[in-house]
Amino acid sequence: MAIEGADLVRAAALMGAGISMGLGAIGPGVGEGFAAGKACEAIGRNPKEAGLLTRTMLVGQAVSESTGIYSLVVALLLIFVV
Amino acid sequence: MAFSTETWVQAASFLGAGFSVGFGAIGAALGEGYAAGNASRAIGKNPAMGGAILKNMLIGQAVAESAGIFALVIAMLLVFMDVQGAPMIEAWSLLASGLAMGLSAIGSGAGGGFPAAEACLGIADNPPTQNALTTNMLIGSAVCQTPAIFGMVVAFMLMFMDWSGQPLWPGWAAVMGAGLSVGLAAIGSGVGSGMPAGAATGGMARQPGAATTIRTNMLIGSAVSQTPAIFGMVVAFMLMFVDWNGTPAWPTWASLLGAGLATGLSAIGPGIGNGFTAQEASAGIARVPESSSTVTTTMLIGQTVAQSTVIYGFLVSLILMFIPREASETMVAWAAPLSAGICMGFGGIGPGVGEGLAAAYTVNRIARDYEGVGVLLTRVMLVGQAVSESTGIYALIVSLLLLFVI
Repeated sequence: MAIEGADLVRAAALMGAGISMGLGAIGPGVGEGFAAGKACEAIGRNPKEAGLLTRTMLVGQAVSESTGIYSLVVALLLIFVV
Repeated sequence: MAFSTETWVQAASFLGAGFSVGFGAIGAALGEGYAAGNASRAIGKNPAMGGAILKNMLIGQAVAESAGIFALVIAMLLVFMDVQGAPMIEAWSLLASGLAMGLSAIGSGAGGGFPAAEACLGIADNPPTQNALTTNMLIGSAVCQTPAIFGMVVAFMLMFMDWSGQPLWPGWAAVMGAGLSVGLAAIGSGVGSGMPAGAATGGMARQPGAATTIRTNMLIGSAVSQTPAIFGMVVAFMLMFVDWNGTPAWPTWASLLGAGLATGLSAIGPGIGNGFTAQEASAGIARVPESSSTVTTTMLIGQTVAQSTVIYGFLVSLILMFIPREASETMVAWAAPLSAGICMGFGGIGPGVGEGLAAAYTVNRIARDYEGVGVLLTRVMLVGQAVSESTGIYALIVSLLLLFVI
């Protein structure tokens, strides 16, 4: 089978996209879950502050999400732009 | 290539034997070491019970060892396999057989260590409960062995079924996918079933009166933790029993390998995550037995949400297996489905663990205050899990793009 350079590059880009999003999803998934768990623990201790704690949890998770979004952006770039 | 088919099959068989007992030795050794370490701690606390603790440790380790023994048996069979006249695809099925058994033994061996360790510590703290603790340890670690048994069943099928009816291409990818799917998926479930078994055994030592309630919760929690391994086994069966004759070799092989990886890898996270949740539920019920119905309900809600990524993985596997792809020998044609499988597989790990952790902390608090904060906490837990799910959804989207847009 003759492999052309362009085909090889495109295939590598697609593999890169899958690996990027796949591995990139591990960290935020664990991190955000941990944040949610700790927030629930804190609300359980002090239910009056539920609003504040939920807000803090969401802000923290949003920051933790960022690396997942980077992975998504890189994966989409590799699929559609490169 | 200048080698005969028999040479290839023989070589693959030996390689499979190495994978089987090599990977299979990891989990059992870890679990038994953990049990031994905690037995020493327990004897240090209460030297008078030294004999009973040692006996319990050995029983617990023997159960944790069983996954390692399964792996040894498969390795022995592979070493002494008769490969005369075997078709070329057998080389792949024997290799896959070793991988299925070896990988699936990791979780069960490691998981079996938790109940053994907690039973030893419990006997030191509360000697009269020793028989109840040993019994619960045996039940808990027996449940832990199920994922390794799934792996062993698939390993036997890969070894002894007649593969001459399947084409070498893409049949080799189907058998490899089957081995990887059941093997990888069992890792999380094996560890995940051990966690509640440990917590329940430890809890029973402190709260012997509630033993039945605690054990019921442990069994429910462990059973749900097994689900991801069952998904892995179902995908393995589909890969083995569908007739792949008539499908284009390229790129179907990449789809089938991807199908095995998607469900196998994505099952690891939910298996472990469900284990965390069930562990805290069993521990919580042991502290406050009256909380059992609220805690079990919350545990089940949390565990169900944490399963979602393995369901995505299963979905991607089904698409890869059953939506035919156009015959094409370009690299892009096979890179896309393989990449989709890898993407959803790895992408399922993190959210599965994370959502399980979120549910674990929630369950822990609800057990302490089961009348007051249950509804509020469950709601916050679901919001937090939804956010944690997002990266799993990104992975699903990228997989679907790779499958349908490219």
